[in-house]
Amino acid sequence: MSLRASTELKHFHKGGVHPHEEKLSADSSIEVLPPPKMVTVSVAQHIGAPPEIIVERGQAVKAGEVIAEHKGFVSANIHSPVSGRIGKIDPVMDSSGYKHMAIAIRSKGDDWLEGIDRTDALITEITASSEEIVEKVLSAGIVGQGGAAFPSHVKLSPPKDKPVDTLIVNGVECEPYLTADHRIMVEKPRELIVGTQILMKALGVNRAIIGIENNKRDAIELLTELTKDLDGISVEALRVQYPQGGERQLIEALLGREVPSAGLPHDVGAVVHNVGTTYSIYLAVQKNQPLVERVVTVTGKDVEKPSNFMVRVGTPVAEVIAAAGGVPTGTGKVINGGPMMGKAINDLQVPITKATSGLLLIPEEESHRSEVYNCVRCGKCIEACPMGLEPYRLMLLSKGKNHDKAKEEHIMDCLQCGSCSFICPSNRPILDYIRLGRSKLKKVSQ
Amino acid sequence: MSEIVIYTVVILVSLGAVAAVILFWVSRRFKVEEDPRLERVLEALPSTNCGGCGMPGCSAFAGALLTAQDLSELYCPVGGNEVMKEVAEILGKEVTERDPFVAVVRCSGSFEHRKQTSVYEGAESCTVAAELYGGDHACAYGCLGLGECVEACDFEAMYMDERTGLPVIIEDKCTACNACVTTCPKDILELWPVGRKHQRIYVACKNEEKSGVARKECAIACTGCAKCFDECKKDAITIENNLAIIDYEKCSLCSKCVVVCESGVLHADNVPETQLVKLAAAREKRIAKEKEKKRLEKEAALAEAKADK
Repeated sequence: MSLRASTELKHFHKGGVHPHEEKLSADSSIEVLPPPKMVTVSVAQHIGAPPEIIVERGQAVKAGEVIAEHKGFVSANIHSPVSGRIGKIDPVMDSSGYKHMAIAIRSKGDDWLEGIDRTDALITEITASSEEIVEKVLSAGIVGQGGAAFPSHVKLSPPKDKPVDTLIVNGVECEPYLTADHRIMVEKPRELIVGTQILMKALGVNRAIIGIENNKRDAIELLTELTKDLDGISVEALRVQYPQGGERQLIEALLGREVPSAGLPHDVGAVVHNVGTTYSIYLAVQKNQPLVERVVTVTGKDVEKPSNFMVRVGTPVAEVIAAAGGVPTGTGKVINGGPMMGKAINDLQVPITKATSGLLLIPEEESHRSEVYNCVRCGKCIEACPMGLEPYRLMLLSKGKNHDKAKEEHIMDCLQCGSCSFICPSNRPILDYIRLGRSKLKKVSQ
Repeated sequence: MSEIVIYTVVILVSLGAVAAVILFWVSRRFKVEEDPRLERVLEALPSTNCGGCGMPGCSAFAGALLTAQDLSELYCPVGGNEVMKEVAEILGKEVTERDPFVAVVRCSGSFEHRKQTSVYEGAESCTVAAELYGGDHACAYGCLGLGECVEACDFEAMYMDERTGLPVIIEDKCTACNACVTTCPKDILELWPVGRKHQRIYVACKNEEKSGVARKECAIACTGCAKCFDECKKDAITIENNLAIIDYEKCSLCSKCVVVCESGVLHADNVPETQLVKLAAAREKRIAKEKEKKRLEKEAALAEAKADK
């Protein structure tokens, strides 16, 4: 690929902001953390129905064994991330800030279930049929690792009347600080490409685009080189712009198609999978590995060594932070995820889940909200909104309890990306009130 | 000059006359027949438009009252039995009396009883905070203390107590319109019958954790110890998910359960302190008596055993 000036790069056209990138851990390679002594595996790790626990206290389990079985279509299996003995099965606080049923497992050794290939050998030949692929993705408990944790097999079974022609592999990672996807692209590019081919086979499409933001030049060059001779797979560099990693924004940027309000990507013939998810799907289909570990970025301005770790699901957050040098003095808050859409956690014992892409440690002086001033009607939030909404107005409508009007103004289309709150010169809590309106409307519709 | 004035006057007068004729005809032709009782019913209703009846406002409720065959499903909690009786008289229908209700706060976790674990800086709204997490304290069931219920109250019947961080309900002003109940994302607020002598006994806690965990989260949490359950002779108390639940239909307001509760989560509104003290004294006396009785029995048994030897 020839180097194009960044102005010529593709990008989404409505709104968007450009926060400081701060990719501190971009150059630190993925370090595999040993299995922790104790894991706490929450059953509320994905969107949809929580799975049913099928183990009992005291039972011995091997790593990779199913411990909670999916219930219903939009649900996912959960596997034991370690080998050992099942401990307490109790509600435990997780990163959602609420207690959910969780299975504690005391680990002993690292004994994997038979049939799981844990070697690094690359298997390029795809023998599974498309039905088998979907089946494997379902049984391996794979969920979207970009943040929303939506069960992946659902995305691989689009309705028959909605033909899909393009697969998009999302390597955008537009959140500042996070580098988990970046490192996968740089360190596991061949696996990622096989994963892409598996997804193409499952969906029956001939075209796949790997979209990567231009601040990850090494990944773009590497993947472009590797996909040079492959049919159908192309790599597209994108202009750095938040929230380009949103499905709708990425589809618009790459294909120029707009997903309708309340619609899904397959309405415009596209399916988007995250880089981390694609890598997990490669492991599941080719190596029979269920999703029990993921790459987590531990970062922050004062963190001793900002790193990327391969962490078993269920590891306490505190242990992962300790591996990066521990919590620095003067840390104000720890965020699960990136600074834009992530959420502060109020207990360092909460476990890592399938959706934890990063842990961000913010110093005390940066961890508070600024003073709120009146709205000056500057319209910056409208310019920044990637969904073309009027955030300041939605805030006022929600605050004034005019929820029906807010619904008419498409409050439910909000991505909650936070661009409006980020850009507001009066530091108004716009997104907070949009969330208020959305939650009131959800309550009514229930 | 005078011609212009005359023409103007004539044109305007004739225009006015034509318009009057048209308006008269329209008002006759398109007249909406309105039940004369509607206005009287509306006058009788409190016109607060609070939505406590389940309708969008008083006029919608009045319309529903007019068309309904049977008034048993319709009730204005703000006006209460008096207003409903008046309405029934106007409409010539039967109305069933209902017990008046009042809102109660089912959380006792004031600042001193539960420790703060984090700081919340977002929008001053319980709903927003509840979407984010369980609360800035260890208990995920308790009041968030941001006062959305107070904001929702149209009758100024609530205020936030700054010392405890919990909402307080002013009984005389509360109309049981349900606005605070539907607003609270934690379901802390509930409607209870006002009760005999305005007395109510309820469990001011919603924590469903096991006893040890609950106690750690809040010093004044219901641990589900079932002491109140044992004490209640009316079967009004059940223990579900480590939490005592009182059925107000069965409760006889004897207040005996309040005395045995060690956590102090059983709230007895308007029950005089002297009565509770008396009950506690009676209980202690009874326990002492039982102890004494047991001791005597034991002694007697021992003496018998000795005599047998």
